[in-house]
Amino acid sequence: MTKDAMIEFRDVHKYYGDYHALRGITGTIRPGEFFSLLGPSGCGKTTLLRTIAGFEDISSGAVLVDGRDMAGVPANKRPTNMVFQSYAIFPHLSVEENVGFGLRRDSRSKEEKARAVGEALEMVGLKGYGKRAAHALSGGQRQRVALARALILKPKVLLLDEPLSALDKKMREQMQVELIRLQRQVGITFILVTHDQEEALVMSDRIAVMFEGEIAQLADPETLYRRPNSRKVADFIGTMNFLPAKVLSEGGDAVEIDAAGFGRIHIEAQQVMGGATAEGATVGFRPETLTILYEGSAATDRESMATIEEVVYFGDMTYYDVRIDGTESPVRISMRNVFGRPVLDRGARARVGWSPGALVLFR
Amino acid sequence: MASNGGTGGGTGRSEAANGLLLISPPLLYAVLLLAGPLFMVVVYSLTLEGGGYGFDNYVAVWSDRINQLLMVRSLTVSLSVTLVTVILAYPVAYFVSFYVKPDKKALWLFLITIPFWTSYLIRVFLWKVILGFNGVINSGLMSLGIIDAPLTAINYNVQALVVTLAHAYAPFAILPIFVALEKIDRSFLEAGRDLGESQFMTFLRVTLPLSMPGVIAAVLIVFIPTVGDYVTPDLIGGGKLPMIANRIEGTMLKQNNREVGSAIAVSAMLVVAAVTVIFLLLNRRFLRGQK
Repeated sequence: MTKDAMIEFRDVHKYYGDYHALRGITGTIRPGEFFSLLGPSGCGKTTLLRTIAGFEDISSGAVLVDGRDMAGVPANKRPTNMVFQSYAIFPHLSVEENVGFGLRRDSRSKEEKARAVGEALEMVGLKGYGKRAAHALSGGQRQRVALARALILKPKVLLLDEPLSALDKKMREQMQVELIRLQRQVGITFILVTHDQEEALVMSDRIAVMFEGEIAQLADPETLYRRPNSRKVADFIGTMNFLPAKVLSEGGDAVEIDAAGFGRIHIEAQQVMGGATAEGATVGFRPETLTILYEGSAATDRESMATIEEVVYFGDMTYYDVRIDGTESPVRISMRNVFGRPVLDRGARARVGWSPGALVLFR
Repeated sequence: MASNGGTGGGTGRSEAANGLLLISPPLLYAVLLLAGPLFMVVVYSLTLEGGGYGFDNYVAVWSDRINQLLMVRSLTVSLSVTLVTVILAYPVAYFVSFYVKPDKKALWLFLITIPFWTSYLIRVFLWKVILGFNGVINSGLMSLGIIDAPLTAINYNVQALVVTLAHAYAPFAILPIFVALEKIDRSFLEAGRDLGESQFMTFLRVTLPLSMPGVIAAVLIVFIPTVGDYVTPDLIGGGKLPMIANRIEGTMLKQNNREVGSAIAVSAMLVVAAVTVIFLLLNRRFLRGQK
């Protein structure tokens, strides 16, 4: 057992009847980490979270929390607390009764408990709301109560089951920032389940991307974004362009490929991933790694000629769908709009600058 | 409705008129068949024998020791029936709500209503057969040699009355409790466990309080009609265990004293109303608005 694992999954399988919901999950979550389980609905991320909380039994394998095997440990005896998707704020109790719910068996005096409740409410920005009835709260306030109610018990791990999905966009962005702040303040391991890749990228130290009951990739946000290890992950996180490619030769650290529109280039071995789809090997690249070159633009590594097929103007950004000469389908390029730089028209010819280092090969 | 977002008071009035029109047939029914007769009974109870109106009938009713005893017995029986019924109904409702698969719940509810397929009288007679002096229980126990003489503790007494009524009202208690339990979001129960409480404590602190509206409904549904029950004491008690309703019947029909009979009826109604109001006040925190 290593010291740097707060949660450890060892080949966790879960069946619902014939349905194989978790297919051999292995991985560790470090202490004090903001960790996200990211995936489309039905990928098993919530099920995995619930195996930590003790609401789901596992069919085989082991879940360890702080080095202790959780097999047979009921939910109420685990050092974890959860913020439910519905928040599950008890409607028959006031805000302070909700927050203090878990303190019944605490040996502290009534006054000390009341103070702890007050501090917890203050921490989540709900000072003075203690006497309110739970049903008189807004969605964002309910979420804060749920956070206070879980954090007051000082769990080793806080589990968050899509806590932001019920909030409107503005509130969601505000809560993202606040959750990050809270996590730094209390230093507890947070595990967030989300289907929103942007949310996961913004908030997490590390992310496990899940598809169909398996972890497809477990990495920090930057690695996930820049070096997705399969086309599926690349597709799920942000926007990625794909062009057909062929591997010509490989030796040592360098791989020579022939990519449509880019020609023969050398890339490093670490840029080569598995996980191609049925259509064969492709190179992938993010829209911002390509640049449209203007008169007097700084020189880039490489250049190709392209035709602009579509222009989408976003104010601060412009998205161009361009067809690089020698390719069949257009790719998307995002350009920051700066003062004095004209937005190009449809049909215009343009020079496109790129660099082999920004490519990823899926084969 | 057409007045969506309407501003004028005129729209509101016409909507109110529409509403009144919609409920007018049942309203007419309620006025003619419920409020009307009730009003008549109140008027009778205030009519004096020698002419004129006053409270003399009520004074006569409440100074009569028999009426006091029968009212107490009625309340005792109906409170016992309520207690027994609700306590027995809760586990059944809990089981159906929490342990029966969703696709089988309708079947279970259907099975619970099976006793209603036979007439109430037949069910009362069946209890008489089961609990009677030479009934199923007594003859069964005697033939097994467990007892030598028939038990008298189970027939023609208040216990027999409570058993019969509790059986009759069980479905009425099960259904509202079941509905209240069904409405509880299961994540509340998980939250209870998650916050460190055992299954039993989660039941006490979360499930039970959240199902209280159903329990309160069950209590009222059982308590109110059993106070005035009149067939069961007659048949099970063999005429030796009258309750307040039997007294009303005797006064009204046998003694042909409509005025005093009405006064007993109104008094009993007021007692039931008072008990109900006290009960609701004691439980008002469970009935506050919940989302």
